[in-house]
Amino acid sequence: MSEAKQLYVVIVGCGRLGSYLAERLSQGRQRVMVIDTDADALGRLSLEYSGFQLEGDASELAVLTEANVAEADVLIVTTHRQNTNLLVGQIAKKLLGVPRVIARVSDIQREDIYRELGIDTVCAVSMLGDAILGDILPSVVAAEEGDEP
Amino acid sequence: MNIIVVGGGRLGYFVCRSFVDKGHHVTLINRDEAECARIARRLTATVVFGDGGDPQILADAGAPIADVMVAITNNDEDNLVICQLAGLQFGVLQTVALVTDPDHEEVFRNLGVTAVSTTRILSGLIEQMVAFEEIMELMPVGEGKVNVTNVVLSEKSPIIDIQLSDVPLPRDSLIACVLRAGQPIVPTGTTVLRREDRVIAISLPENHNQVLKTLTGHAGE
Repeated sequence: MSEAKQLYVVIVGCGRLGSYLAERLSQGRQRVMVIDTDADALGRLSLEYSGFQLEGDASELAVLTEANVAEADVLIVTTHRQNTNLLVGQIAKKLLGVPRVIARVSDIQREDIYRELGIDTVCAVSMLGDAILGDILPSVVAAEEGDEP
Repeated sequence: MNIIVVGGGRLGYFVCRSFVDKGHHVTLINRDEAECARIARRLTATVVFGDGGDPQILADAGAPIADVMVAITNNDEDNLVICQLAGLQFGVLQTVALVTDPDHEEVFRNLGVTAVSTTRILSGLIEQMVAFEEIMELMPVGEGKVNVTNVVLSEKSPIIDIQLSDVPLPRDSLIACVLRAGQPIVPTGTTVLRREDRVIAISLPENHNQVLKTLTGHAGE
């Protein structure tokens, strides 16, 4: 991915994670669209945010079309509802052809299902867990990583 | 057949009951403990208390040996994921999801899950009923590829008192049966239709409106 090209990034869910990502990407001069069902949640976005916002339910195809998701380079689903994330992620990836789809997962055990469906995942629990383990017991983490081919 | 139903409320209960009545082995997964207890007392079905979106619960409910998975919770996304889990992780061949958003029928089909939209079926039926007061029932068959329509011929119908062979029905349509005073008649080309006859017509979505216009004499919209 060339640095010069401006990306169109769609973020579904404007909670703490969604609004943080939206603001950082917007400051990084990318085109950003944030979708949330709740107008109050969209209010989290600070004045520095210069992207688009849309109030609506991203599980509706009509809302994704309105947000022009088919043109997106990246779609990030950050809602707390896992199955909503899975549905929206699959529509974006498989039906609308978005090249990169990243989903937030809260349950580590769900990562397999996402992978099977072609969606990249970020799991806060496993990331934090690994960071803590790496800090207090680096040998455990290293040994575990070494075990896996 | 081994059928797993995920969902609750009256819909879950009646769906299970109709499968049990037809002799199938039914397992219901439900998130409401009190409801589980109530249904377990009333139906000869296996009842599992838990979240149908949890692979462990699906395994407990016998997903590896299930023939059919029916997901009818009131949340479209949950129904999709339950069906995908059943198909991908447990190899269940037939999965059916209930959807409320009619667009999800096609979306789910593209993601490999058969979906049924009650919204579409209901609104379609109501539109047909309003447009043609003579129609008693319209039944889509084969995922809506064929319509079976039941029409009572009124005195305004252009096809009464003429031979069936002279009725200008469009291609790929058929009058399959006539009920006259409660008696079924399988019509031939020489059958003459009468007022008050109940006609059972087979049509395709493409020629459905044309067939109805031929039978009733007025257009749908």
